[in-house]
Amino acid sequence: MMQSLPILSLKSVRKMFGPHAAVDSIDLDIAEGEFFTIVGPSGSGKTTMLRMLAGMDTPTSGDILLRGERINDLPANKRPTCMVFQSLALFPHRTVGQNIEFPLKIRGETPESRKARALQLIDLLRLPQSYYGKNVLKCSGGERQRVALARALAYDPQILFFDEPLSAIDYKLRKTLEKELKDIHRETKKTFVYITHSLEEAMVMSDRIGVMRAGKLVQVGSPHEIYSAPNTRFVSEFVGDVNVVPVSLAKDGLLHVAETGARLKPPAIPPGFTQGHLVIRPEFLRFLANAGEADNAMAGRVYNEYVLGSRIQYQVRVGRNVFAVEKLRQQAFKGKLDDDVTIGWDAGDAILVTD
Amino acid sequence: MRLGHGERSAIPVVLFLLAGFAAPLIAVIWFSFMPPRSFSFGGAPTLENYRTIFESSSYISFLWSLGLAFIAVVVLALICYPVAYGLVRVFGRWATLLTLLFTIPLFVSENIRLYGWVLFFIKNGVLLGTLKSMFGWQLESILFTLPAIIFGMVYVYLPFMLFPMTLGISMVPNETRDAAFDLGASRWQVFTEVELPLSMPGITIGFLLTFVLAVGAIAEAKVLGGQQVIPISHDIEIAFTYAQNWPLGAALSVLLMLVVGVLVILALRRFDLDKFLGRR
Repeated sequence: MMQSLPILSLKSVRKMFGPHAAVDSIDLDIAEGEFFTIVGPSGSGKTTMLRMLAGMDTPTSGDILLRGERINDLPANKRPTCMVFQSLALFPHRTVGQNIEFPLKIRGETPESRKARALQLIDLLRLPQSYYGKNVLKCSGGERQRVALARALAYDPQILFFDEPLSAIDYKLRKTLEKELKDIHRETKKTFVYITHSLEEAMVMSDRIGVMRAGKLVQVGSPHEIYSAPNTRFVSEFVGDVNVVPVSLAKDGLLHVAETGARLKPPAIPPGFTQGHLVIRPEFLRFLANAGEADNAMAGRVYNEYVLGSRIQYQVRVGRNVFAVEKLRQQAFKGKLDDDVTIGWDAGDAILVTD
Repeated sequence: MRLGHGERSAIPVVLFLLAGFAAPLIAVIWFSFMPPRSFSFGGAPTLENYRTIFESSSYISFLWSLGLAFIAVVVLALICYPVAYGLVRVFGRWATLLTLLFTIPLFVSENIRLYGWVLFFIKNGVLLGTLKSMFGWQLESILFTLPAIIFGMVYVYLPFMLFPMTLGISMVPNETRDAAFDLGASRWQVFTEVELPLSMPGITIGFLLTFVLAVGAIAEAKVLGGQQVIPISHDIEIAFTYAQNWPLGAALSVLLMLVVGVLVILALRRFDLDKFLGRR
C-alpha cells in the first residue's frame, strides 16, 4: 500500500505545551487518496496534531513532509490543504454561494467562473441550486455541514482535514452524513484526514484508523484490524462494550484468573506474554446448554437485558463480575431474568492484550 | 379588554417610561410651539420660534456641532479600532471587561476633568511649563483652539466608542479567522473579508453612540475651546437661561433631535443590524 511516496509523512513530530507533550513523537505515513482517521478521547492530542498538519500550529520538534517536502513552517494560507472545522467556521455575513466562492475570490477568479464552480459543488454536495443565494444562518445543521465541505473543496486542496465536524449533529443525521462523506471521498479521490472521538464513526468511513492516547499513536490499522486485533486494552475498550478479564499465563499454558482461580484456554499468545488482559467481545459470548459446548465456560445469573435495536445485550453476573453478552434478536435468550445460565466462548474468539 | 399576565406585569415599566421618558419629550415639543418668552403650556400654538430660528444664524451653530461631532467620531474610530483589536487579541474574552476600566474616569465630573486638561495645556501649565523649564522651548498653547475642543471630545467619549468596538471585535469567532486564513486569505484579506464586516455591529453602535453624545457636547467648547466656537447646545443653554426664552430653546432642541434622528435612521438603514445577525 505504501510503495509510492506518501502524500503526508510525520517524522517524530512532537508538540510541547510547557513541560507537557500534547503530541509525543509521532511517526506516520498517509497514502495518497486515503481516508485516514485519528481517533482518541478528548485531551489525547488529536486536535493539536491536526492543527500542526493544517499549518495552524508548528511542531516543537520533528518534521511534517508533504510529498517529501518539509512544510513545518509553511503557514496555513500557503499550504495546499484545507480544514473543515468543528464549528464549521462559516462566514455568517455571506450567502451559501459566497461562502463556497471565498477561496476562489481570494485566488482572483472571475465572478462567472466562481459561480459555475460553486453551483457544481452545490450539486456534488446534494444541495438544491436555489441555495446559492441563501443566508448560511438560515441553513440547517446538515446543510451547513455540506456548505463547509463545499467551501473546502472549492479550495481544491490536496488534503482535506476534518476536525470532528459531525460531533454536534444528532445521531440519525450524523449516520447519513458519515456515509455521504465517504461517498464524496470516493468521488473526489482526495486524501481525507479526519479526527473524531468516536471509533464507531471512524469505522464507518475510514480506510485506516490511528488510535491516539496521551499524545501517542497506540495503534494504526484498518477498521477490521482495530476491531478484531486491538493491541491494547485501551483500543479494545474504545470500540464499545467489551469484557475484560485480568489474567496471567500459568506454567501449564492456560490463563490463570487470580480473582476466581479459574483456568481458561488461551487464544494465540503474543510473544513474551506473561500477564495482561483477556478481551472478549459481547457477541462472542454464548449461552450454553452444557459447559462442554465451548472451550471456556462460566456459570452465572442473568441480571438484566438491554434492547439495542437489532441486538439484545444481556448482563450476566459471574461471581462479583458482570459480563455483557450480545445476541441478535433472532437468537435471543429464551429464559427470564435471574435465571441461572452457563456462558462460554471459544478460545480463538478472545484477544490477549498486555496493556 | 382583558390584559394577560405579561401585559399586566409590564404596566409599571410602561408607566415609568411614560412619566420619565415620553412626558418630558412631549413637554419640550409642546413648548416649542408656545409664544416666545412665555412660561406656560397654555398659550396659543405658533410657529414663531421656528421662524426666528430659520431667520437667524443658528445654522452656524448646528453645523459646528455636527462637524465637530463628525470629526470626533472619525478620530475616535481611528484610535479605538486598533486599541480594541489589540485588547481582544491579547486578552480574549476578558477584553470587554477590561474596557470597562476605561469608564472609571466617568466617575469624576466632566467639568473637573476638562479643567484638569486646561491646567495641563495652559501657558506655563504642566506641559508647556515643563518644556520651558527643561528645554527652554517657548511654544504656543493649543488651549482655546479647535484642536483642543476635538481633543476634549475624543477624551470624553473614548469609552463610548471603545466598549462597543471591543464587543464587536470579540464577536468574531477565532475559527472563522482561522478558516479564512486556511482558505488562502492573506492577513489583510482576513481583515477586510472577515474581521471588519463581522465586527461591524459593534463599530456601528460605537459610531452612533459617540455621534449622538458628541452632537450634544457643550463643556468641551466652553472649557477647552474658550468659546472660540459656539455649538448648538450652547445656544440652547443660552435660550433657556440668560435669554429666558424657553420656547426658543425648546424649538432648537426639537430641531437638533430631528437632525440627529434623521442621520441615525439613515445610518441604520444603510446598515441593517437585524439582517446582519441573521434574524431576517
